[in-house]
Amino acid sequence: MKKERLVVVGNGMAGARLVEEVLARGGRDRFDIVMFGDEPYGNYNRILLSNVLAGAHDAKDIFLNPLAWYEQNGITLHTNARVHGIDRRAKVVHAADDAILEGYDHLVIATGSNAFVPPLERAYVDEGKFREGVFVFRTLDDTNAILDYASKVKSAAVLGGGLLGLEAARGLLRLGLEVHVVHLMKHLMEVQLDRMAGLILRRSMEQMGLRVHLEKVTAGVIGEPNVQGLLFADGSTLDCEMLVVSAGIRPNAQLAIDAGLEVERGIVVGDDMRTSDDAIFAVGECAQHRGKTYGLVAPLWDQVRVLAERLTMTKPDATYTGSQVSTKLKVMGVDLAVMGARDADGDDEEVVYSEPSRGVYKKLVVRNGKLAGAILLGDATMAPNLLQAFDRGRDLPADRSELLFALSSEASGASVLDMPDDAQICNCNGVTKGRIVQAVRGGCRSLKVLCDSTRAGTGCGTCKKDVQAILELVAGDTVKEDPSVHHYVPGVPLAKPELVRAIRERGLRSVSSVFAALAGGVEDAPSKPGLASLLKTIWGKDYDDERDARFINDRVHANIQKDGTFSVIPRIYGGVTTAAELRRIADVAEKHHARMVKITGGQRIDLLGIPKERLPEVWRDLGMPSGHAYAKSFRTCKTCVGSEFCRWGVGDSTGLGIEIEKRFQGLESPHKMKLATAGCPRNCSEATTKDVGAVAIEGGKWEVYVGGAAGSRVRKGDVLCVVDSHDDVLKYFGRFMQYYRENAKYLERTYDFVERTGIEKVKRVLVDDEDGICARLDAAVQEAVDAYVDPWREADWPATQNQFAESLAPAADDLVPLRRASGDG
Amino acid sequence: MMARPVNLGPIARIPEGEGRTFDVGKLRVAVFRTRRGGVYATQAECPHRSGPLADGLIGERAVMCPLHGYKFDLTNGDALGHTCGTLKTFPVDVDERGDVRLLVEE
Repeated sequence: MKKERLVVVGNGMAGARLVEEVLARGGRDRFDIVMFGDEPYGNYNRILLSNVLAGAHDAKDIFLNPLAWYEQNGITLHTNARVHGIDRRAKVVHAADDAILEGYDHLVIATGSNAFVPPLERAYVDEGKFREGVFVFRTLDDTNAILDYASKVKSAAVLGGGLLGLEAARGLLRLGLEVHVVHLMKHLMEVQLDRMAGLILRRSMEQMGLRVHLEKVTAGVIGEPNVQGLLFADGSTLDCEMLVVSAGIRPNAQLAIDAGLEVERGIVVGDDMRTSDDAIFAVGECAQHRGKTYGLVAPLWDQVRVLAERLTMTKPDATYTGSQVSTKLKVMGVDLAVMGARDADGDDEEVVYSEPSRGVYKKLVVRNGKLAGAILLGDATMAPNLLQAFDRGRDLPADRSELLFALSSEASGASVLDMPDDAQICNCNGVTKGRIVQAVRGGCRSLKVLCDSTRAGTGCGTCKKDVQAILELVAGDTVKEDPSVHHYVPGVPLAKPELVRAIRERGLRSVSSVFAALAGGVEDAPSKPGLASLLKTIWGKDYDDERDARFINDRVHANIQKDGTFSVIPRIYGGVTTAAELRRIADVAEKHHARMVKITGGQRIDLLGIPKERLPEVWRDLGMPSGHAYAKSFRTCKTCVGSEFCRWGVGDSTGLGIEIEKRFQGLESPHKMKLATAGCPRNCSEATTKDVGAVAIEGGKWEVYVGGAAGSRVRKGDVLCVVDSHDDVLKYFGRFMQYYRENAKYLERTYDFVERTGIEKVKRVLVDDEDGICARLDAAVQEAVDAYVDPWREADWPATQNQFAESLAPAADDLVPLRRASGDG
Repeated sequence: MMARPVNLGPIARIPEGEGRTFDVGKLRVAVFRTRRGGVYATQAECPHRSGPLADGLIGERAVMCPLHGYKFDLTNGDALGHTCGTLKTFPVDVDERGDVRLLVEE
């Protein structure tokens, strides 16, 4: 097949990202790609120019694609080549004063925008040539010129109090200049902020040394030959030795106008990103879609993805229907997150928290119970939650303050962003902030790639949000979301609901059949246990259990230790044992030389240091069922003494705990489930911070808690319901566990699951039976309970060849074996 | 140095999709059998913290150490996504009788 010619005018963030997206979809085989760039460089992250100006980034660190990248990917890049004409009839673009002509089958205009310069007397010395000391702030060259000039003067004025203007001011301030911001409007950043937020921001800016002049119309520049000051329309003046104009941007549509394309404020495109010429597309800041032009980067990513899908025919009917605008950034070091509507409208509800002395302002605009807009200034800790609620259109909690403030137990101390480079972020793997920053600069632009590369976040996972924050800090809006974060397991490209549907529809009962049918036959090691867990939940006793899909712990029903030996924890129902049982455990520990005998946190006894090949014998000698201390399943139910002995007890917590353990032992789940029952509200067994817990209260009742945690995270569980019998506790425990088994992501603990789903929804589904699924959930968990078999019975019926072999010797007819091939056969 | 084939016995000693550790003289070798019929042999212990690799989960071409999840390419021992050293690999195949033949140097 002859390749088509894809020509992209513009090598900025939109143009280059488009080409990346096209290449990612096999576009290299389909197209000869030609790009034009106005600047002499590869492609750089324009958003970070303000950091370059502020000295936070080196210019060389902001390049996204160096020139070599274009070469490696077979892209013809014309740098320093301004395209000045499009011959639409001949399908040829003209550049560099006709020195370069390139024919096209598909043309993409991604020319971005220009700095807008309002009419200013005496700003120019010649047509198009600024007076010395006057700058715009748009390109890397502009940035370098500003840095250079600023080193020679003592004061500067920035014209424009929008985001970019303030960023420019931050840079100049850092260079030790006296900096004035001159703004036409009544408050700073009026596009993003309401009046109150604008006032608070002004205060914060002034505390940092910036001088802010509002409602000032600048008439012209004073000074000859260099800038010496500004003249305002009201006749007043301001002394300054340089002027940076940052009064907004205008779509750069001149090329399209000259070519006769339909242009209003920007180049008009449809949902297919096509201009009024079928062979010509436009993306990014130069494009106008459904009447809107965008100046932020997120909409641009959406646009180029759609266009890449259409061009490569990977999704020929992809459409772009507009973007909800949200952004999270720092303005001169002050956190700011804004999304959606700035002000309330009609029946909207406005929730406002304002604390000017700390520079904090938070506002929510709520429309029909959903988030229509928000401003977070000075404290953006809640931004991730709000962005999620905004993007997904989630129902907001009735108590809106939950959205404005982090729970005190979770309020983080020092922000990770303020920590020094040698601060350890990942406490499991000892990864420092500097190492993570370095990896991001080295090209890791998604959380998954970053974690895989540095190993940060791959232990307990608690630091992932900090890793994400560092990623966002360094990479800004160029952060990519790895599509696999939405997949149930990384090796099968489907989210859980789609995966479950495909498994049911195709009747896939084994892990290998899932890989064969849904992953092109490629088996992926890390994906196996998650699939095994899911298939067991879906098919129950009809699951085709391939042992190789299990983690070693689940192959040998014991927990592997750092030296390759195993720990053996027999089940002690409710933590209640007998003298005879203890004696037997002691005998086993001695006979098999357990290296340590330890009381566990789950109220049972752990025999540590048992070699794999001795496991069957240990189990036989114990004569007790497995405690499942190794599995992603129901683990144990911790109990307090309860009403049988305790003088405070109001409920039989030990009796209930034993019933719970007997019923749910071995029940597989997306992650482990630790339970507890407490005999009174003193909560000695800590039932309120368990995955599922029951607390006895006066009157013969039990509170049922779900989603508690007291591990790497601490969270008090939510009360699901209050019931008045052991049977009902068992019913609601089972119903919740089944709901969790069916709907949680793999390795998602109940506390994350409950938060993600929302306790109100969980209650409506499991208590009010809103979806009419309670009877089915109850039946499904009963079926799983009925299918339970104690895995330690494999002591006498091994499931695979050499299941418990420590190691094997070569065949008898070969070497003289050094040791007997243990467990063979 | 001479390469010598060692008969590790019938392939059925290793369940499909799993690995087993073999003691060959003083050498400990992990031998893996993928579900598509591939057979690979590597050093038995993970270079990171000496985890027993034969107890690891395996995929099409990779083994994941059971202790800390470090991954290695089964075909050449290369570290995958980390810098914790590579694995020594050994030539291995299955003969016409279905026996696993490992080539070791001595």
